Amino acid sequence: MSELHPLSRRDFLKFSAVTGAGLCIGISLTACSQASKTTSDNTFQPNAYLRISNNGAIIISIAESEMGQGVMTSLSMLVAEELDADWTMVKAELAPADRKLYGRQSTGGSSSVREAWQPMRKAGAAARQMLIQAAAKRWSVNINNCRTEKGRVYHDASGQSIGYGELSTQAAQQPLPENIQLKDPGSFQLIGRATHSLDGADKIHGRARFGMDIRLPGMVYATITHPPVFGGKLKQFDAEKARQVNGVQDVISIDQSVVVIAENSWAALQGQKALQIEWENGQLEQVNSVTIRRQLHADLDKIDFTVRSDGHTKEILANTPEPISVEYELPYQAHFTMEPQCCVAHVHDEGCEVWAPTQSPSSAKSVAAKYGLSKSAWLFGKLKKRIDGSDYEDVKLHVPFLGTGFGRRRYADFVKEAVKISRAIGKPVNLFWSREEDTQHGFYRPTALNRLEAALGQDGLPIAWRHHISGPSIGDFHDPDNYGKNKIDNKMVGGAKQLPYAIPNIEVSAVLSRTPVPLGTWRSVGSSLNGFVVESFIDELAHAAQQDPVEYRRKLLQNSPRRLGVLKLAAEKAGWGQPLPKGIHRGIAIFKSFLSYVAQVAEVSVSSDGELKVHRVVCAVDCGMVVNPDGIQAQMEGAVAFALTATLKGEITINQGRVEQSNYHDYPVIRMSEMPKVETYLVPSAEAPTGIGEPGVPPLAAAVANATFAATGIRVRHLPIRAEDLILQS
Amino acid sequence: MISLQVNGSLYELDADPDMPLLWALRDLLNLTGTKYSCGIAQCGACTVHIDGRAAQACITPLSHVVGKTITTIEGLAENPGHPVLLAWQQMNVPQCGHCQPGQIMATSALLDEKPNPTDTEIEQALDGNICRCGTYPRIRQAIRRATQLKQGVES
Repeated sequence: MSELHPLSRRDFLKFSAVTGAGLCIGISLTACSQASKTTSDNTFQPNAYLRISNNGAIIISIAESEMGQGVMTSLSMLVAEELDADWTMVKAELAPADRKLYGRQSTGGSSSVREAWQPMRKAGAAARQMLIQAAAKRWSVNINNCRTEKGRVYHDASGQSIGYGELSTQAAQQPLPENIQLKDPGSFQLIGRATHSLDGADKIHGRARFGMDIRLPGMVYATITHPPVFGGKLKQFDAEKARQVNGVQDVISIDQSVVVIAENSWAALQGQKALQIEWENGQLEQVNSVTIRRQLHADLDKIDFTVRSDGHTKEILANTPEPISVEYELPYQAHFTMEPQCCVAHVHDEGCEVWAPTQSPSSAKSVAAKYGLSKSAWLFGKLKKRIDGSDYEDVKLHVPFLGTGFGRRRYADFVKEAVKISRAIGKPVNLFWSREEDTQHGFYRPTALNRLEAALGQDGLPIAWRHHISGPSIGDFHDPDNYGKNKIDNKMVGGAKQLPYAIPNIEVSAVLSRTPVPLGTWRSVGSSLNGFVVESFIDELAHAAQQDPVEYRRKLLQNSPRRLGVLKLAAEKAGWGQPLPKGIHRGIAIFKSFLSYVAQVAEVSVSSDGELKVHRVVCAVDCGMVVNPDGIQAQMEGAVAFALTATLKGEITINQGRVEQSNYHDYPVIRMSEMPKVETYLVPSAEAPTGIGEPGVPPLAAAVANATFAATGIRVRHLPIRAEDLILQS
Repeated sequence: MISLQVNGSLYELDADPDMPLLWALRDLLNLTGTKYSCGIAQCGACTVHIDGRAAQACITPLSHVVGKTITTIEGLAENPGHPVLLAWQQMNVPQCGHCQPGQIMATSALLDEKPNPTDTEIEQALDGNICRCGTYPRIRQAIRRATQLKQGVES
């Protein structure tokens, strides 16, 4: 049985004007995702293109940014499945920023597959139906007697068959099907099958182009030096020594920063070192990690927002003789993208062209328009965009591969800089941040201080749970007028507010404790903090009640079958309750984020000098129907590595108003010898797919900390876990 | 002028002898497969072969490589049947891909020296190569696979 979907003409755009171009179909994510509700008032917003050329090549344009999450492959699989394409003929391309063709382009929130699930499949299905219509017409047979397989249409009765390439021009002349037939998931051939990345070969052979790899005729290279202290200003600079460096062409200032322009990257870096800059550091020079901590602690007794209040939490806690009351603390974190921030820009007489490794192509394009065009051209473009939805026609913005993103590349600061520099010097420029600049001028994952209180009933289960968070917020940092004390930034309480455990009295609240440190989204955002806090504390309660942590959670999750599903699978695959080799101990955590459920069991050992080693992490995942199991496994491995860095090593500290860390030597990250074995198991599901890029991050720190408690009896309540924290009992 | 032998070709470069090999490869020879990530030999993204041994191009000045043979990922990829490249494809290793040329160059130098490395030898050789995407388990598998392919190819 297959699903029937009515198709409005506004859903799809068909290109057949170019002779010999084959079949080309635009896919509207917005229109299709709302198709079941209404089709009358949807504006046309195609989000990707499918082209079938005469030689049979199937080219799928991907309007999402590829940063290692495998989106080129997973989205192409959706189209190819319904198209019955020959997968070996499928090629994915990264689309430029184009609002008119693709709608608003932004990659984040583990949303790509979730949002593309219906529309990308519909595009493939529509094309398939048009190819069948074309073949039936050619053979003068009934379409119902035709079938498709691996890029060909077959008419079995007459023994005829024809490839999609040969049919593509004729197919483009067919009317769009009125109803789109989507396959029943039971008949999927490609979706659900472990599939290798379409971009793997280019990356393996050194051919893949990242931001810093763009080369243009007449292009120069640039480094930038930002004010070291938050909110600092440029007073003056002496560029004489920098200009003496062989290859340095120019030294300029933009905003409050100093830029060295050179013939090559090395000269630009040498010139940067030779700069003599005087800064006006301002008030924030007094800020350091100790003052920030003190402030968060002082604010912990205040409440700005109560975001959840079930029952009578305060009264119950007040009447409990000895409630459990503890504090959890998490530091700022840097993204440490593998490739530092960079951007190539060319501002010229007719407009500007930009190559930006960005997670937000649409906003990056708006930034490029604002700073790269004349004021009149920018205002005209802005007006036109508002009136007819067209994009800035004088700006081209290409999105190369991203050397990881992790949320850092949602911000277009580096795009603005590159465009301003190119405009100032009248040449194409390759702006790259040194690793030191990248480390010290990021948008950091916020720090937070949490107070957790609970009262247990006769049966050991919690009867009251109170979670109060003190810290700065990402939303407030970027938009203080909108947030402040007026409005809660939900990112701050993400995963805390939604506490899933069946506890009759729950209170979750927050106090905004502003700090001057720039903040940003960081893989799994608020859940990266609250996953650790909530899943560590529930483990504390289980131990306080002298109950098994898995069993304890199971009792409290009776109304949450999908959580129970991953809990059971993780426990089973990890051999929970069965003996372990000497010195190895287990811990579990379970967390829902981006609509997906992940349970992880970590196996750790702690040496007598406090050295913590994670040996194995078993992941159980329910992310709905699985598109590419190999991709999910890769994302779990990646999430474990990323989260383990934050659990054992990562910490940004502030001294004299500046970030103290600068490079991998003082912000160490997980290396191969520290990487545990990661096993991933999937809960079979018939639900629509949900996110996978981030949900593996939130439970990891708690799983490791809970295993550490099992190993040492020491409860870890702050990250990162240091060896000195674990020596006490040895 | 500095003479450089890269991927079997000889180049005459008008460059500062202190310039690290990384930037000469990327900016002067347009061989952008070798990557920048730290600039202080902490991450391995710039790993190339100098006289067949893995080296960090970001801290190797041009003056040190005159008269030596340099191979980059582009040179290695001239042989698409190279066992390390094949193994990387079979294990579907890359995520973002930015560190992979360095990982591959470090691995191929290791296997040239030690065709059948122990786990400890693998960690020693590869611990200088950071991957922020966490492809380490697959890199390990790919190294094992390359070992098998190499023995098959060479026997």
